Amino acid sequence: MPANAVRIRLSVNGRSHDLEVEPRTLLVHALRDEIGLTGTNIGCDSSSCGACTILVDGQSAKSCTMLAVQAEGCDITTIEGLADTTDGDGLHPMQQAFHECHGLQCGYCTPGMILASVSLLEEYPDLDEPGVRVGLEGNLCRCTGYHNIVKAVLSAAGKEA
Amino acid sequence: MIPAAFDYVRAGSVEEALAALAEHGDDAKLMAGGHSLIPLMRYRLVTPGVVVDVGNLNGDLRGISVADGTVRVGALTRHSELEHSAELADACPMLAHVASMVGDPAVRHRGTLGGSLAHADPASDLPAAVLALGATLVARGPGGEREIAAADFFTGFLESVLADDEMLTEIRLPVSGGGWNYQKFNRRAQDWAIVGVAVAENAKGVSLVNMGSTPMRATAVEQAVAAGASAVDAAALAADNASPPSDLNGDAEYRGHLARVLTERALKAAGIA
Amino acid sequence: MTITDDTAGIGSRMLRKEDGALVTGEAKFVDDIHSPGELWMGMVRSTAAHARIVSIDVSAAQDMPGVEAVHTGAELAAMELWVAPLPCAWPVTDDMANPPHWPVAPETVHHVGEIVAVVLADSRYAAADAVEHVIVEYESLAAVASIDQAVADTEHAHTDLGTNKAYTWAIDEDPEGTQAAFDAAAHSVVCRFEQQRLIPAAMEPRGVLALPSPMGGDVTLYSASQVPHILKVMAAATTGIPEQKIRVVAPAVGGGFGAKLNINPDEILAISLANRLGRPVRWTESRTEAAGSTHQGRGQTQHIELASDSDGRLTAIRVKLDADMGAYMMLITPGVPLLGSFLYHGVYETPKFSFTCEGWFTNRTPTDAYRGAGRPEASYAIERAMDMLSYEVGISPEEIRRRNYINGGEPFEMWENPAGIFFDSGHYLPTLDRALDMADVAGLRAEQQRRRDAGEVKQLGIGMCTYVEICGLAPSRALGGLKYAAGGWEHATVRLLPTGKVEVVSGSTPHGQGHETSWSQIIATKMGISPHDVTVLHSDTAISPLGLDTYGSRSLAVGGVAISMAAEKVIEKARLIAAHQFEAAPEDVEFEAGSFSVAGTPSKSVHIQELGFVAFAAHDLPDGLEPNLQEQVSFDPPNFAFPFGTHVAVVEIDEDTGGVDLIGYFAVDDCGNQVNPLIVEGQVHGGVVQGAAQALYEVAVYDDQANIANPSLMDYLVPSAAEMPSITTDFTCTPSTTNPLGVKGVGEAGTIGSAAAVINAVVDALRPHGITDIDMPATPMRVRRAIEAARGGAS
Ligand SMILES: Cc1cc2nc3c(=O)[nH]c(=O)nc-3n(C[C@H](O)[C@H](O)[C@H](O)COP(=O)(O)OP(=O)(O)OC[C@H]3O[C@@H](n4cnc5c(N)ncnc54)[C@H](O)[C@@H]3O)c2cc1C
Ligand code: FES
Ligand code: FES
Repeated sequence: MPANAVRIRLSVNGRSHDLEVEPRTLLVHALRDEIGLTGTNIGCDSSSCGACTILVDGQSAKSCTMLAVQAEGCDITTIEGLADTTDGDGLHPMQQAFHECHGLQCGYCTPGMILASVSLLEEYPDLDEPGVRVGLEGNLCRCTGYHNIVKAVLSAAGKEA
Repeated sequence: MIPAAFDYVRAGSVEEALAALAEHGDDAKLMAGGHSLIPLMRYRLVTPGVVVDVGNLNGDLRGISVADGTVRVGALTRHSELEHSAELADACPMLAHVASMVGDPAVRHRGTLGGSLAHADPASDLPAAVLALGATLVARGPGGEREIAAADFFTGFLESVLADDEMLTEIRLPVSGGGWNYQKFNRRAQDWAIVGVAVAENAKGVSLVNMGSTPMRATAVEQAVAAGASAVDAAALAADNASPPSDLNGDAEYRGHLARVLTERALKAAGIA
Repeated sequence: MTITDDTAGIGSRMLRKEDGALVTGEAKFVDDIHSPGELWMGMVRSTAAHARIVSIDVSAAQDMPGVEAVHTGAELAAMELWVAPLPCAWPVTDDMANPPHWPVAPETVHHVGEIVAVVLADSRYAAADAVEHVIVEYESLAAVASIDQAVADTEHAHTDLGTNKAYTWAIDEDPEGTQAAFDAAAHSVVCRFEQQRLIPAAMEPRGVLALPSPMGGDVTLYSASQVPHILKVMAAATTGIPEQKIRVVAPAVGGGFGAKLNINPDEILAISLANRLGRPVRWTESRTEAAGSTHQGRGQTQHIELASDSDGRLTAIRVKLDADMGAYMMLITPGVPLLGSFLYHGVYETPKFSFTCEGWFTNRTPTDAYRGAGRPEASYAIERAMDMLSYEVGISPEEIRRRNYINGGEPFEMWENPAGIFFDSGHYLPTLDRALDMADVAGLRAEQQRRRDAGEVKQLGIGMCTYVEICGLAPSRALGGLKYAAGGWEHATVRLLPTGKVEVVSGSTPHGQGHETSWSQIIATKMGISPHDVTVLHSDTAISPLGLDTYGSRSLAVGGVAISMAAEKVIEKARLIAAHQFEAAPEDVEFEAGSFSVAGTPSKSVHIQELGFVAFAAHDLPDGLEPNLQEQVSFDPPNFAFPFGTHVAVVEIDEDTGGVDLIGYFAVDDCGNQVNPLIVEGQVHGGVVQGAAQALYEVAVYDDQANIANPSLMDYLVPSAAEMPSITTDFTCTPSTTNPLGVKGVGEAGTIGSAAAVINAVVDALRPHGITDIDMPATPMRVRRAIEAARGGAS
């Protein structure tokens, strides 16, 4: 461990993790490489793709554009913990909607896309189709052409696409 | 892409932050939301020895209040907080709207107004907004507090009048009731503006995004409008004192053209000329 | 997880089995898999496009914390980690130039991003730090930075070759006849189109992890690959590690689009270093690095000429391509343009056809397959040119198409095209009629006219494209005739387990296409069982030893058919067991909905799933019958398959800014019979957006020193949901005659139709200005400049 490593405590999916990291450690690397939650993906190095999107205190954030040290004291939710934030015992309604609307193909963008969508509906409950499209501007998908992703988000919002 | 190693100081107060800046000099970098700083560090375009994190400071530094015809916004107020603020929607709707045009929702959850201004990127949206709105920026340093007119703040590409040991704490804006408009032209919704134009009637301000090395006012347009010119005539002057960059999205000439088109649209939409 | 339809078979919209692991983050991609003691490779990449390496100073890097070793190309060559250069499996001509492509450049670099040295360190971060501290001195050589420069042939991408030309390949039986047709033509158009270079940008970057077993002497390579089977063969041939000691696994793979079908330097480095050092070796590409570490797509200058009679009926087509190979021939680099060669006449009959392709080296990242590989280029050229001919003749784009469709737009089977291959089946007219109807083109034209008359700033454009593509790669003999080194069969095993469940082993290698679901549906229909009683195994050469993987829209039309045939063999063997139980003749035993019964005696019946245990226990099998119910098939189809369709794109252009909005998209596709329409639609959606992205957003920009100017996703504009419209789809069904399921492919169809439809729409909007063509991507600045030029002056 390099000389300037610091001890931090991260709260992820309701569990506390004590880590020793370099200050430069990106949050996404702490989640993936230190804590072993590999559901959060990395698709770029310019903060452009949203594959790394998680919830920080309930709001979407790009975990590649945060330092692990910045996240101390925040409640982090990753895709692995999303279903536990709801009462049901199965999937979160957004996960279920992505499944039912065929909103994923390779699934690489999917964790980020789902968490961005959860946060989006929380922030803007009344979105129509164009609103969902603009709201997902920061999440890139190379497989689906977005059609069924948008449909899934609208269906999770209780609106027919 | 991974930042070069640095030491980390989490400031518990403005005083602590200023002390850390004083101690480390130009080897230190303040970090608010980190949404301009971390991308630069990942590409190793910036390699500070010490990062001083003020992102968790609260109180007056984060929030919006309106009194006596003045809107006060804490420097650490996040873009999404500007976007959704009921006070701002009343007292300075353009700032709320421009904040909603920044990046994508995840960026808006983390980026701060102070960070966006201090970063002084000519391609950013919020600097143009505060220019057009005639804002005053409040900075604290070892010598105490000073006020800086937005028009005097930006000095060069990613450069401002802020000293290495100073920190922005507040942005003050006049309560604005008149017409306003912001035009942002880009190819993808998530991207920075290729060109943007902000117009605010109250402050008689017209400002431009990505039309030079700094966020800038379109003074020729402002003067023409003040002199009663039509939107078409005033907008024709939009690129007159600009020296826009050329890049993959557009060369300088095209940017000049866009500035004229967007200024005309903004003036008309704001009902100003 | 709710799976709604338990009896879903062929043709049903079954929800995907793959989704559970992917929506919960449980799925493991390469970068998610770790092994104790692993070493991270950090690649020191050339910053020069063409240069001799003068010196490499690794001393500072070597001394950094966490660094195990730093090796230069010369050192690695001396370590004899490889016995052959990286392979090219498609030497298209006998005299094709193919300069050696080593995993790490030993002396001279030929493109920016080529590896010159490799760091081995104990963490991601330590590797990244050390790379920064390796100092390389280059002696620059002149760089060939564009196709035009390559064709000029004054500077050479490979100095030793003395020319940039790699090969010339032609289908040109009657050049004089073609010329005569042009001489006699009532109308003709001469077009030059740029197929700009594209970065494939699968959302998951490539990555590798090689795990050695020092005592066992074998090595497992995890790679984000579309082609684990091909990779295994090629890794053996390149490294000299005995093939039977190599296992390749493609875990969850986050999209490929062709970019993951290569044999890459990093893969060879990982496997050979792990094998040599006895330690796990890994690497994950960064997005920006990918511009130099993963091949790119397209990169052609197309010259296409059409001749027609006075009614616009085609009399000749002549095509000349200049294709950018980039710096090296990778796995199928030279063959990509030829995959389009058979399709430059598109869906039209033409008496004369002439095609020539010249391949050129440049000092840029190598090109290779990217979604559609050669066919989007072909359909773009012919479909743009047909629109240009329609302007010339003075008829509508739909009318010129109607007049020229193969067999007058009526159905056909086994039509011989001018390049000498047979289109299995087609019926083009209904796709056009349906697409025009769905999009309400009549209504759109009225609105377009209204806006034109009103002089509005936002003008409307309507564009169409009828494409045909060649897929299901495919008949081994045909591939051999084209000098492709491998075959085109696919392998499948179907196993009825003792408990009645089914295991399918597939040689196809999915990376988002939903094979596990579709293959289960095929089994469900064939064997009369629930698709949830089926598990599909794939993408691991230890589990699925035979296969030729997934590319060229081949999985269903070759691999899926193999599964169906293997299932039939299992049923036939099970029939013998059932007949034995019934004491009946096998001919008298019927099979329906999963049950065997004796004709006329419905009381006697047994479900096929019950026979799993019977065959396993083997207590009472017919004499001479082997135990177990497991059958395999290597299916080598007799022909390719030729899907087709008509797409209509609608754009709105802001004439003042030049901004183009794609506001509507209508696709009518025909891929023969469909196994899962939900998945088919998804493939169309994704394909359409990739083609539209080429039309409007994407281009890999190189400067005059052959540096890539926009390697990151901040500057390389992969569009988001905000830029793309909702897509309306419909289908016609003309079964393939190539395979017993009557299926064609659909993985690339959307991409093959959409770029032309979108640009045809852009040009349609701009026609009142006299504009007849615009280059891709149709950026706002480019559109605005075209309008200004047409108006005869600046803004
Ligand atoms: C993907 C992406 C897209 C984006 N798109 C846009 C866009 O479209 N438009 C746009 O305008 N912006 C955009 N941004 C930038 C975003 O708005 C940034 O958040 C903002 O510019 C910086 O705010 P921050 O709080 O994150 O600052 P930081 O990154 O923390 O800091 C930026 C700079 O300001 C200094 N600084 C920060 N706070 C203070 C302070 N209080 N006093 C003195 N100095 C300070 C820092 O030292 C640093 O030099 C985007 C960013 C990303 C990652
Ligand atoms: S990996 Fe974080 S935005 Fe792309
Ligand atoms: S499903 Fe593959 S990138 Fe979105």
